[in-house]
Amino acid sequence: MTDRQRLPRLTHPVSTEDIGRLMQAIPFARLLGVTATTDESGRVIAHMPYADHLIGNPRLPALHGGTIGAFLEMTAIAQLVADMAEPGIPKTIDITVDYLRSGRPRDTFAKAIVAKHGRRIANVRIEAWQDDPTRPIATAHGHFMLPEGGEAAVPPATDEG
Amino acid sequence: MSEDNGQEPAKVIGELIGENKHLLLSAVPFAMAVGMAVEEVGPARATLSLPWREDLVGNPETGVLHGGIVTALIDNACGTAVICALTRMTSVATLDLRIDYLRPATPGQTVFVDAECYRKTRSIAFIRALAHHGDRGDAIAHSVATFMLGANRTGPSRQIAEKVGQ
Repeated sequence: MTDRQRLPRLTHPVSTEDIGRLMQAIPFARLLGVTATTDESGRVIAHMPYADHLIGNPRLPALHGGTIGAFLEMTAIAQLVADMAEPGIPKTIDITVDYLRSGRPRDTFAKAIVAKHGRRIANVRIEAWQDDPTRPIATAHGHFMLPEGGEAAVPPATDEG
Repeated sequence: MSEDNGQEPAKVIGELIGENKHLLLSAVPFAMAVGMAVEEVGPARATLSLPWREDLVGNPETGVLHGGIVTALIDNACGTAVICALTRMTSVATLDLRIDYLRPATPGQTVFVDAECYRKTRSIAFIRALAHHGDRGDAIAHSVATFMLGANRTGPSRQIAEKVGQ
């Protein structure tokens, strides 16, 4: 095993460059080719560019269900890290993936909605789409165990705020 | 589960594939790219393996595999178990997959997934799976999944169909 890398330090609010550096630091994200940016509201938008090795069924062809599941999980983790007071990597407790359409051989995008970001546990919903954000190809929800300092840096926006 | 007509029940692919079990993954580019292998198959069940690799790590500070690669191995093992439960080749597609992560995978160790298709109807298969490092009593993840049968017109690999005599 090689020397372990440290995670990049993130400062709030998290910039597009920071979140991009975080994805680069995760070997499996690099293998899938996943990158991430943030939109104007600070939400992470993850991007998995099409690559031949992501295919599960070459006869359709369709993306491997596992690559889509992994991409959804990565998106949830990236959003949580972006929201956390101290950077660290949350651990997945459980994840349920619903496959709605087969993944075509083209770029895939995803965003996560944090339903609850507690002190120890977060509950997150994630959606992945290709051409049309209103026609998701897969959705997921999962629970994540937050590391020390993993509570949200900024309290979530409320209706009044 | 047998296919009508009062004759001897048709053999399932898991009984027919025999020495050709490696073909079950040879047509899956992602499985080949990350180093998955078929260890064992039987009627309605399959065991897949995935050796630890640096580029599959999710946390660079600990070397623990990414949950997503375990998800991918479980998804593939479940799909393979479904194919091994079929009496004739047809396409299979994941409908949903729930995974409970019981503990982190140990860095450096191979992950095995045992998947069993415990119930099959005309259009849906129900699967349970366990990921571990060789000791099922100290599992990494437990999973349940449903798959759709005949979801599209393409069957799995023609090579497999030939090997199982279809």
